[in-house]
Amino acid sequence: MPSATSSVDTLLSALTEVCGLFETSVFRGQTRVIVPAERLPEVLSVLKDRGLDLLVDISCVDYLDYRDPPMQMPACAGHRYGLVYLLASTATNQRLTVRVFVDDPEPAVASAVPLWEAANWLEREVWDLFGIHFIGHPDLRRLVMPEEFTAHPLRKDYPLQGRGERHNFPVITRNER
Amino acid sequence: MSIAPPTFESTPRSAAAARSEDYLWTLNFGPQHPATHTTLRLVLKLEGERVVDAMPEMGYLHSGFEKIGEHLTFNQYVTVTDRMNYISPMANNVAWHHAVETLLGIELTPRCKVIRTIIAELARISDHLLSNGAVGLDTGAFTFFLYAFYQREVIYDIFETLCGARFTNSYTRVGGLSQDMTPLVVEKIRTFVKTFPKTLDDMEKLLTRNRIFVDRTKGVGVLTKEEAINRGASGPVARASGVTRDLRKDEPCLAYADYDFQVCCASAGDCYARYLVRMQEMRESLKIVAQAVESIPAGPVNVGIGQRTALPTKQQVYSTIEGTISHFELSMSNRGFEVPCEEIYAAIEAPNGELGFYIAGDGNETAYRARCRPPSVLHFAMFPHLIRGHTLSDVVAVLGSLNIIAAELDR
Repeated sequence: MPSATSSVDTLLSALTEVCGLFETSVFRGQTRVIVPAERLPEVLSVLKDRGLDLLVDISCVDYLDYRDPPMQMPACAGHRYGLVYLLASTATNQRLTVRVFVDDPEPAVASAVPLWEAANWLEREVWDLFGIHFIGHPDLRRLVMPEEFTAHPLRKDYPLQGRGERHNFPVITRNER
Repeated sequence: MSIAPPTFESTPRSAAAARSEDYLWTLNFGPQHPATHTTLRLVLKLEGERVVDAMPEMGYLHSGFEKIGEHLTFNQYVTVTDRMNYISPMANNVAWHHAVETLLGIELTPRCKVIRTIIAELARISDHLLSNGAVGLDTGAFTFFLYAFYQREVIYDIFETLCGARFTNSYTRVGGLSQDMTPLVVEKIRTFVKTFPKTLDDMEKLLTRNRIFVDRTKGVGVLTKEEAINRGASGPVARASGVTRDLRKDEPCLAYADYDFQVCCASAGDCYARYLVRMQEMRESLKIVAQAVESIPAGPVNVGIGQRTALPTKQQVYSTIEGTISHFELSMSNRGFEVPCEEIYAAIEAPNGELGFYIAGDGNETAYRARCRPPSVLHFAMFPHLIRGHTLSDVVAVLGSLNIIAAELDR
């Protein structure tokens, strides 16, 4: 879709005007912008004002044992967690992916809940499964794993079959409720 | 997930509301309840019969599908996608392999595109039948539910003839399908296209102007257009609120661009509007199926040997050297696909909304990361917003109209 690509270009040039230049790449017609973690709220709010009104998804990739630099971009190499913000426009149907890289020991990024209510549960899920802290999130609890769980299971150093956490869960019988 | 009393999300309340807090009553709805249909939990704060606040909780069916996705190959993982939204597994199969093929850069054969379009639309009909049927069932219309379920059986029969499995189909493969469509399937789909509108008419007669049903659903759980966008709604839920977003039109994949159909929208944003949108979408899906089934192109259903992704036919394996090599290499664990070290997101318009996969490839034929973007999570998250101020009996109507499928919710 050439029209969608050109409108993404206009969007990117508008972003450059307001926030400065960011690294971008294109693969199979999908444009990615790599944004430093501290500038994420600013960039997301500019993009939202420019028409990307729908937050499609927030997810994360743990690059712990990834062989190459992510997305074949040397600038992204060496980081452990790459957050993925998928934005879309309900009016023009253009899409843009915003990537943010954060690292141990305290992976953290500003929450997008002030911009989109949709971010609430999506960020809770990323916190649950990857242990990325979203600063300013109103209710950062685990979403899919039990509250007693201690690990973040989608990290690459967490084994597929678990570490036996389930065996240590307290068993509550009918009498001691 | 724990037995301990959960804390409520902090919502701004007036001082008077805070004083009346003493009279509030907490009700645990689920995780096992006939009207949740699946395993999910709601903790409701009630003032008499009125719901003051609700706290949805999920995770009871969490099985680590995304973690498994990092250990199964692109073809094996399709069996897991069956179990995500098990109301319409075919749509999940199509969504998963659409994403994989976008990553690998595979262009499907015309025949495969049309067959996938047909099964995705049949899956949509089957999904809408169940979700509307369940709304009917929960608001007291049992006959309506049975009418819907009978037609689901017919669609199951079509899928059984198509691929041998009724429920967990695992029908798609990278670059093609597990089996080609036979004339018998085409015949069954033609019969379905002829007979289904009659049932749809009967269903509409039963419920669309039924006083009890309209009273139970109209004005209940209203979602405005702004809120729908802000809360990330998609699919029928968003379209019932006036968001004209349908990926079949907006980002036409497969063969959708070739067919004449309309995007169904409503503006009210209540449970009744969601019911109407789903009813109308079934008619539009049937239109697509009717057009597609009469124009299935001839030719192979899998991509050629040159692409080395779909298994060649036995004929090719035994009679050509390319076929033998391709079959051998695809069966070896360290050969097979050429996967770029890249990342893509690809989505289709699943019955429930935008079902997308974010796949990171690292050169192996297993995804490095297989994120599923399930529509149900965002819909379930907006539940407290929709139910506040309504009565306890409206909980089931709102829950049914959002069509929360816990297996897709928790993955």
